[in-house]
Amino acid sequence: MMASKVQVSAKLEEKSPGLPYVAFVLGWLVPGLGHVLTRHWIRAVLLFVSITTMFTLGIMMQGKLYQANTGDVLEMLGFAGDLGCGLLYILGRIMDLGHGAVQLATADYGTKFIVVAGLLNIISAVDAHNLRIGRKPTC
Amino acid sequence: MLMLSHFSAVLLFATFASVVFGITQRTNPKAMVRYGLYCWVMFVGIVIAASWIMWLIRR
Repeated sequence: MMASKVQVSAKLEEKSPGLPYVAFVLGWLVPGLGHVLTRHWIRAVLLFVSITTMFTLGIMMQGKLYQANTGDVLEMLGFAGDLGCGLLYILGRIMDLGHGAVQLATADYGTKFIVVAGLLNIISAVDAHNLRIGRKPTC
Repeated sequence: MLMLSHFSAVLLFATFASVVFGITQRTNPKAMVRYGLYCWVMFVGIVIAASWIMWLIRR
């Protein structure tokens, strides 16, 4: 049992080149960029298109971009989700988008689209990290 | 401003979320496609089932 654990960690170390978290950070900043680093081009394009389109649709539906330190726990959770979008969130804030229209049902859908795009981006960044360090086999 | 119906929003949400789930939760491309389709059917199917349940409760 012990020997197999040592073998697994040795295998992981063999496959992990240089900075192990670079794929995670790049994947978080730009959706799919972590997969570009691991040379999974089609996956990278699909992830970029899916997450960016979801974020853009959320903004177009008048969804809200949450801000930090509003004092409300639910708003802080929303901010954590939005932050998962990486540069898309930062660009949205710089361009002063995502004020949210509370009287529209579609605006509420938009807010959820933005939060889920952020959470999906975190999942894809973790996947890129796992591919990078060899925890997930490449096909 | 984009005004989507509830159902078209569900279809778009299911499509994009299923693509990400398929890619990240499976290792080989064939399994990714199958899992992505499974997630899509589950998203949309559960929404349709929930809609009918709510319609029956309302009656």
